[in-house]
Amino acid sequence: MSRFQPPYPGYDVLAKWDTPSWNDPTRRVVAERLTRVPERRFFDPHEWATLHAVCDRLIPQPDRLEPVPIAPFIDDKLHRHQSDGWREESMPRMEDAWRRFLKGIDEAAQARYGRPFVDLGPEWRDLVLRAVQKREAEGGAWGDMDQKTFFEKSLLREAAGIYYAHPAAWSEIGFGGPASPRGYVRLVADRRDPWEAPLEREDEA
Amino acid sequence: MSAEDTPRAVHGRAPDVFRRGGWVPMRCFDDEEEVDFAIVGTGAGGGTLAARLAEAGFSVVAFDVGAFYRPLEDFASDEREQSKLYWRDERVSGGEHPISLGSNNSGQSVGGSTVHFQMVTLRFRPEWFKARTKLGYGRDWPVGWREMWGYYAKAEAAMAISGPISYPWGPPRGRYPYRAHEVNAAGQVLVRGARAMGVAWAPTPLATISAPRGLAHPCVYRGFCKSGCSTNAKQSVLVTYIPRALKAGAEVRDLAMVGQIETDDAGRATGVVYYRDGRWRRQRARNVVAAGYSIETPRLLLNSATARFPDGLANSSGTVGTHLMVHSNHAVWGEMDEEIRWYKGPPSMAVCEHWNYEDQKDFHGGYAFMSQGPLPVDYAQSFVSNTGVWGMELRRRMANYNRMAGLKIVGETMPQEKNGVTLAEERDRFGLPVARVTFGYCDNDRRLYEHSLRFMRRMLKAAGAGDLFETESTAHLMGGCPMGFKPDDSVTDADGRTWDIDNLWICDGSLFPTAGGVNPSLTIVAMAERIADRIVALAGRGELERRGRRLGALAG
Repeated sequence: MSRFQPPYPGYDVLAKWDTPSWNDPTRRVVAERLTRVPERRFFDPHEWATLHAVCDRLIPQPDRLEPVPIAPFIDDKLHRHQSDGWREESMPRMEDAWRRFLKGIDEAAQARYGRPFVDLGPEWRDLVLRAVQKREAEGGAWGDMDQKTFFEKSLLREAAGIYYAHPAAWSEIGFGGPASPRGYVRLVADRRDPWEAPLEREDEA
Repeated sequence: MSAEDTPRAVHGRAPDVFRRGGWVPMRCFDDEEEVDFAIVGTGAGGGTLAARLAEAGFSVVAFDVGAFYRPLEDFASDEREQSKLYWRDERVSGGEHPISLGSNNSGQSVGGSTVHFQMVTLRFRPEWFKARTKLGYGRDWPVGWREMWGYYAKAEAAMAISGPISYPWGPPRGRYPYRAHEVNAAGQVLVRGARAMGVAWAPTPLATISAPRGLAHPCVYRGFCKSGCSTNAKQSVLVTYIPRALKAGAEVRDLAMVGQIETDDAGRATGVVYYRDGRWRRQRARNVVAAGYSIETPRLLLNSATARFPDGLANSSGTVGTHLMVHSNHAVWGEMDEEIRWYKGPPSMAVCEHWNYEDQKDFHGGYAFMSQGPLPVDYAQSFVSNTGVWGMELRRRMANYNRMAGLKIVGETMPQEKNGVTLAEERDRFGLPVARVTFGYCDNDRRLYEHSLRFMRRMLKAAGAGDLFETESTAHLMGGCPMGFKPDDSVTDADGRTWDIDNLWICDGSLFPTAGGVNPSLTIVAMAERIADRIVALAGRGELERRGRRLGALAG
């Protein structure tokens, strides 16, 4: 796997914390996200460990000393029964679907490599996850739940939604981040306001 | 006291949306007092109607299950936090192509979906009001385009729409109230593509102000429009019609879930049963208006079934909860050489309606398409659920965020009887059966979005984009309680008055007989403006109590 080089290495969206780009309601919400990572309340310890192992493969963060937490926010959402506002009729209820998935990848890991998912190395973990995405994972836990639908529409969607809601991810992709009340002035291509991530070629220069 | 936990609009006052911690006086009615109108829902339909009827002197109580926010202090610049603006109570989505709900198309707050809409305010093409007669598909609307054109102008004035001096498609229209916004880099990609393809384009008419208005200052282009506007530049119903309604003496009840419309032995509506502040209550009313949009309005009518109306209220035709439509929301995305930074400005600042006005094509209906500017969570979720990309590759692809550009359609789908809303076995937090939504595309819908993907691919490439990929989704809801010309195949007449119950009305997007290829909000507001005028006219003739003979004759 080729190395990943984030395009705006010198940019930190949090440096704008005390500027007119951030207001009190935003500071409150982001502070909470950064300082109060939810504790385990929904999954059991094994499920919790398995989910961490899954998220670590979906969005690997070998470059970070402190990876953006993903699994805790999934646990929190399930604990609070927080729906997105709908459920596909063919899918089991949210709580049930996540448990089936975690059990299912353990069964597939056992069938393939004779050990639970958390005990697999990264390549084998990826192979199990790819099997789920292709509806080819072994195991009875899945029942009639469509593996690919769960993988892409629930698991992956949820993980990506949590990761890209974190300031570290905003900085990584050069997103301006919170922008109230100041907003932006320069809207045309290749122009930026002084409070936006510097252009790559400015870096090179 | 959080807006989501405790009702704010109580004891003679309601939140002042323009001032932090502020209040405005609000007239309050007793549950026992028979008001002229109980309106269920405060969005583009209900909020507009509440203001207009109160201004005409009627006593009005408007209910909303959502919170009553003050944007300046309650809205963070954060996608995740702001999902509080979406309808997140459980619903079941089925059919051949189960549609996403929640953030996709359903609001839950005072002001309804206009609090999170992307402010695109386009008029219907005139011929669409006679889609069956003039274009050979769908149904005709029982309202003519010239009349609607007048109401569009009214709605645009009420929302201070910022738009171009001349609009390239359709009959001439008057000046927009506010000047157009500067088109951002994402929009300029569409402009470049349109020039290369030889089609027209326009700065999108938008419901966000380009100059001060009252206490609101102009749009600062922060780009969080879909997450709620924290500066009040966005002309949502929350900051336009709702303050007008309160000033004119309407009462707005937040965190109030209407579970049932009550009817008497004579088959007339007598009021609503609603849950607020920990208990079920009953508001008496001479007229009830359902304005909960295409899912909640049919759900409410179905949940209000009685021995006399076993199939739900206003449903003798069997069309309540049928003919639900969405807009196909297919998109093409690509990477540009230059930095676009599409997070700046409203998400869709340039529009092309070419295929709404060109009839040489292999499908019925039309589509508009617009430039795009999704924020990171929205974009990442759409990207992964469409492409299935994960791992280091996902982070690499997302790192191109600032170089991305996209074109996305609002594609008309056909009204089909089988697409709709029924009741599921499951119950919500109020103990009410939840909505079961069924949707499936038909062949014409597929031809439309495939056409759009081919066209937008060529256009985006012509604009200089590489590494193209496509996504599919849906947006908006239309239909579900179609209005029409006669009682046997529609729910209401042209005035939103149900055929079956004289004093039960509908005023929201569920009335749409066809979907049109443009975002629905402006048409919903315009229709509510019209329904208000009609109610005032009927009242003046003494025909509110009973449907007039002339109308009855017309209907027969």
